[in-house]
Amino acid sequence: MATLSLHNLVKAYGKTEVLHGINLDVADGEFVVFVGPSGCGKSTTLRMIAGLEDVSGGEVRIGGAVVNHLEPKDRNIAMVFQNYAIYPHMSVRKNIGFGLRTAKMPKADKEKRIEEVAAILSMTEYLDRKPAQLSGGQRQRVAIGRAMVRDPAVFLFDEPLSNLDAQLRTQMRLEIKKLHQRVGTTIIFVTHDQVEAMTMADRIVIMKDGHIQQVGTPAEVFHQPANAFVAQFIGAPSMNMLQGRITADGIEVAGRVIARKTPGAVGSAVTVGIRPDDLRVTPDAGSFAGRVSVLEPLGAETLAYVDIGGQEVVARADGRTPPPLRAQVHLTVDPANLHLFDAEGVAIR
Amino acid sequence: MTEIRASSAALMQTRAAKGPRDPWSVLRWTLLAMGAIVMVMPIVYMLSASIKYPFEMYDLNIIPKEPTFENYTYVLSDGRFLRWFGNSFLIATLTTLSAVFFDALVGYALCKFTFRGRTFVFIAILSTLMIPTEMLVIPWYLMSKSFGWLDTYWGIMFPGIMTAFGTFLMKQFFETVPDDFLEAARIDGLNEFQIWWSVALPLVTPALSALAIFIFLGNWTAFLWPLIVTNSAELYTLPVGLTTFSVEQAVEWELIMTGAALATIPTLIVFLVFQRYIIRGVAMAGLKG
Ligand SMILES: Nc1ncnc2c1ncn2[C@@H]1O[C@H](COP(=O)(O)OP(=O)(O)OP(=O)(O)O)[C@@H](O)[C@H]1O
Ligand SMILES: [Mg+2]
Repeated sequence: MATLSLHNLVKAYGKTEVLHGINLDVADGEFVVFVGPSGCGKSTTLRMIAGLEDVSGGEVRIGGAVVNHLEPKDRNIAMVFQNYAIYPHMSVRKNIGFGLRTAKMPKADKEKRIEEVAAILSMTEYLDRKPAQLSGGQRQRVAIGRAMVRDPAVFLFDEPLSNLDAQLRTQMRLEIKKLHQRVGTTIIFVTHDQVEAMTMADRIVIMKDGHIQQVGTPAEVFHQPANAFVAQFIGAPSMNMLQGRITADGIEVAGRVIARKTPGAVGSAVTVGIRPDDLRVTPDAGSFAGRVSVLEPLGAETLAYVDIGGQEVVARADGRTPPPLRAQVHLTVDPANLHLFDAEGVAIR
Repeated sequence: MTEIRASSAALMQTRAAKGPRDPWSVLRWTLLAMGAIVMVMPIVYMLSASIKYPFEMYDLNIIPKEPTFENYTYVLSDGRFLRWFGNSFLIATLTTLSAVFFDALVGYALCKFTFRGRTFVFIAILSTLMIPTEMLVIPWYLMSKSFGWLDTYWGIMFPGIMTAFGTFLMKQFFETVPDDFLEAARIDGLNEFQIWWSVALPLVTPALSALAIFIFLGNWTAFLWPLIVTNSAELYTLPVGLTTFSVEQAVEWELIMTGAALATIPTLIVFLVFQRYIIRGVAMAGLKG
């Protein structure tokens, strides 16, 4: 177990810089999830931590020591890859034991360690099978076992669940979280699925275009997004973004004025973010009025797409008694739940 | 049950009915049969000639009037034949091992490492494929002469210890090995040679086997270069040696054919052995993710 810190980490491929100074401190035993759209540099960051990619600038520290110039094997890390990277020509036992090949320990101890890991992952009965004879979830477990067997200081996961079907993904998500609670190793987990990030992380790192947008607990990034990008990226369905203006009495948005104090100058433009959860459909008077254009029933609730003054917003309606299609409805929002962003997209608090 | 039987009978009927009547199928079978005859004829001729007495040699009959195995006993008891057979076997085996090893090593490096001049090296290797052996023997000969390799085993073998074709083939096959596999091994602490040997190579066994077959056959049947570089009969390879059956007294075709027939045995064995690996390898490559 160890702390991990990234200091002004920069990565450039030739002249193009893809990471522009990443700063992050990960506590011992913390579960940190990197999330962001495709191409934002999550894998690159992870691979630099692993030592698979050269560092163009800045520092990577594991357990306090700078590891920039150490070989991957000397960094005391283990990595689980998206397509598992387990070897088809070796049995599960060999695959799990692969990480111990170069370890200097008696053969009997190695065997014991493999059995232990297999037991934790409930793979004992499959130890002598080949990967071809395993299901996707079992293969993923072998890959995790292979990483665990060396008892590394830091676990690195690069989208390990993206090849699994939805149900298995949910299950493995839970298993990895339980595993973390059990072994307590520091984990860096990369995904582009915000649900995965929210459900597993102690802290989430949201990245975009090689910059960190926000670092925070799931609750923080959800309730206090640092900017419009984070606000829209976290939470499903996405936050509604409306163009508004600061007035003397509050904020004018979609033809209504909502009473809410804001630090900005009167007359300046703001972006108003409202989570679909905070926008409820009511039959009688509310903050906005509009017509329902599309309904998406989800069971417990129904998503209603409502056209308010030329802008479409998503609101949550009751699952049992949704409004009829094309009905005129009212939407209410608690002014305290509005998220305000300035012209640059930075949150106004 | 009866239904199944009835329907399979119906199926056979339609097949039987379709076979001979369909003019395209007649054409198809004719072409295939012609192809087969062209392919098989020389082998049949070789086998038939190897069991003939000299007096029957120039008759074109396939089945000899007086078949005999005397040619085989003669050839096998002739020390020269066994010597040449041994030479060929030694040379073909060593060159195969060496070429497969180095081709896979160089192909891997060209495929999985980025370094300055990689493309240039690759193109340089490929360009040697365009030059026919007939042109290469002259520089090879001059080289062997100045290094004192003429009339030695090494002299026969050195042009084949690595092949451009094999390098190219292996490079292409290593493209199918995901980088993740190699990186995972790197994190687990293997050095680059170990990664190549215990991770990358096992994943390309079909290509290795195919390459081994090609190279073994190529060296087993090689004629021009061994003929040029060797002088003493003890160093002849089998193809070179067999031709000397013809120059010593009269042309003894029945002995040449017997030798040729015996020479096909190792190639058959090599093929049968490695072919299994090709099939097993292909089955293994089917594993996704
Ligand atoms: N070898 C390379 N040469 C040049 N650019 C590269 C190279 N590898 C990655 N990049 C660029 O670096 C950026 C970050 O890539 P990275 O793989 O880290 O993205 P990611 O966040 O992991 O995306 P994804 O979710 O699709 O995996 C991308 O814009 C990519 O095009
Ligand atoms: Mg990635």
